[in-house]
Amino acid sequence: MSTNKEYLQTERDKEWRAELRKKMPAKDRTAKVRTRMPELDPFVRIQYQDREVNTGLTGQQAQVEASRCLDCINPTCIDGCPVSINIPKFVKYIELGNFLEAAKTLKETSALPAVCGRVCPQEKQCEATCFYTVKLKKDPVAIGHLERFAADYERESGSMSVPEVAPANGKKVAAIGSGPASLSFAGDMVKFGYDVTVFEALHEIGGVLKYGIPEFRLPNKIVDVELDNLQKMGVKFVRNFIVGKTASFEDLKSEGFEAFFVASGAGLPRFMNIPGENYNGILSSNEYLTRVNLMNAASEQFDTPVIKGKNVAVIGGGNTAMDSVRTAKRLGAERAMIIYRRSREEMPARVEEVHHAEEEGIEFMNLANPIEYFADEKGMVNRMRIQRMTLGEPDSSGRRRPIVLEGSEYDIPVDLVIVAVGVSPNPLIPSEVKELKVSKWGTIEVNEETMQSSIPELFAGGDIVRGGATVILAMGDGRKAAASMDQYLQEKMKK
Amino acid sequence: MNQIIDKVLFSEKVAKFVVDAPRIAKSRKPGHFVILRVDEKGERIPLTIAGADPVKGTIDLVVQKMGVSSTKLFDLNVGDFILDLVGPLGKATHIHNTGTILACGGGVGVAPMLPIVEAFKKAGNRVISILAARNKELIILEDEIRKWSDEVIIMTDDGSYGTKGLVTTGAEMVIQREKVNECIAIGPAVMMKFTSLLTKKYEIPTQASLNAIMVDGTGMCGACRVSVGGRTLFTCIDGPEFDAHQIDFNELIVRLGGYAAEEKLANERFLSSN
Repeated sequence: MSTNKEYLQTERDKEWRAELRKKMPAKDRTAKVRTRMPELDPFVRIQYQDREVNTGLTGQQAQVEASRCLDCINPTCIDGCPVSINIPKFVKYIELGNFLEAAKTLKETSALPAVCGRVCPQEKQCEATCFYTVKLKKDPVAIGHLERFAADYERESGSMSVPEVAPANGKKVAAIGSGPASLSFAGDMVKFGYDVTVFEALHEIGGVLKYGIPEFRLPNKIVDVELDNLQKMGVKFVRNFIVGKTASFEDLKSEGFEAFFVASGAGLPRFMNIPGENYNGILSSNEYLTRVNLMNAASEQFDTPVIKGKNVAVIGGGNTAMDSVRTAKRLGAERAMIIYRRSREEMPARVEEVHHAEEEGIEFMNLANPIEYFADEKGMVNRMRIQRMTLGEPDSSGRRRPIVLEGSEYDIPVDLVIVAVGVSPNPLIPSEVKELKVSKWGTIEVNEETMQSSIPELFAGGDIVRGGATVILAMGDGRKAAASMDQYLQEKMKK
Repeated sequence: MNQIIDKVLFSEKVAKFVVDAPRIAKSRKPGHFVILRVDEKGERIPLTIAGADPVKGTIDLVVQKMGVSSTKLFDLNVGDFILDLVGPLGKATHIHNTGTILACGGGVGVAPMLPIVEAFKKAGNRVISILAARNKELIILEDEIRKWSDEVIIMTDDGSYGTKGLVTTGAEMVIQREKVNECIAIGPAVMMKFTSLLTKKYEIPTQASLNAIMVDGTGMCGACRVSVGGRTLFTCIDGPEFDAHQIDFNELIVRLGGYAAEEKLANERFLSSN
């Protein structure tokens, strides 16, 4: 989304910002080192599934870190943010000590600041385009840590601001799925004055934020506060409802819904189709994480079971793989291993997650790929065969292609295997709406600028379009879709 | 929504619930299932829909008391609410006019078979239904099945009702007697396996409806994966019905026991706390 340069300029020219810039010479600002995020000790935290690893900056730490920001004339950091947060404005409010205003600034464009401050890969986004990174070749301003600080401060202060919404325009729109794309969409649409209903298939709102990302990285209560905020703005949530199944699009249209945003996610786990993969004890990361996060399976108080392995192998190198392996460690695994076919450099996971995993004693078996599983007489996996890999020329993704080292097979004992090699788009909606254009991968095809699909009143975003991306990219899609759906409905009204 | 309007005991361990679920009652088709969660601590469990009344806005669910979750559901009474109920899920049965249908139902599998039998009959087929169970007490929905069948054969393991013997004995008798165009089999995995082996011998196309372990029921978790014709498919979105002759039943039976150890522990805890 293009940022409004004029707005940024007006905000930057305000007296308080100008004065703050003068308060400290730039060379003093750049001389400071990046504040480190305080963390729970690895030996302590691996004993708890629900204790957050990062404990958050103090007010003083946040102000010091915020003072590193140079409040650039051309804030390139914003170019790296898919939801175009006015980063210098919120950072400078923190330096000023006005933490509540900082939080308000985040909420101008982001529906989930406390979430993004925790799970965004900032090193690939705002912090990658920070002046420090690009020009000074120094550690960037810790924008992610500051975002989390401001959102947490506001929540804990008990005086949450509810963003202003336009007067109701009486038009009903629906969001399908309740993950980050939908929530971001719903937040913007309700601000524009629409009557927004979010439909969720599961019994909890939040999508991947609830079933996927573990408590030690993103506590559910933090997601709940953001949901509560959206509800206060007027967003309606309906659980246990599958659009296309429980009711058709036609049914909903006859109930007054004028347009739809489909963000049903990449909810179809991929497997590798290797011998023995359907033995018991081999499951998708989606299944494992859903059991633990959504169903509380690790607690004896809850009915859903989960296998607590001693020798746990997690296949993959993404964030979901890290979440799974670290969960297994917390549930008592003696060996919790990552098995990844490329090397550490190519891992798609957030740098911080890999670092945390290493601290927690996760074993990394890189350049290794499973080729077969073996089981006991009851069909329970007890051994896996691994093949060594080496790296060749870069492939279409720009990462070096893994090549098999012939004759390098070896076996290791395992009693739980979690397959985290990616997901495919959920086929439910595309299969229910025949005229909807989908790609050969099953993703919904949209105009990249407007997120509009081949059916005019149907917009889509997040993993159902991207096929497996990040929370923040999904949120960016939600904002884009909201802006263009608003335009579409206004134009329709004129006709 | 989700309130229990009626509860009919079929036996000490099997009950039919009539549940207020107007949306599902309207949109469900034969073969569809729901996922439900009884309470805040409950599991999400799949149950095939046994019938619906779109005017009253209710669906019928039949449950057999087995482990913790089915017992919690079984113990609910008229007026109680099921906390979460979502559906209809899965692909509907392909109903068409093909001639003679042989419908084999084992135990509580007769419940999901009822709407399928009804639909095949209404589509103009000759329908022969076989109801099989361990004993007379476990034969359910006989009158309802009779209403939509040209002939009903009862088989019990102990001979306490109908003919003594397994479902396959009855099925083979029919197949040898007259031309059967298609077979459906719903019941315990072992029963479906042997029915499938029998109809394969006679080259009769057969559909089996699977009741796999599931968490979400929407394709997300993959717990319900099943090998069909050498390909791994998901029972929740590709099924629950598949070409029985292509299903790897041995793998299915092993996979149904995937959490047996955990379930046994949970059941012991549950029983000792009640």
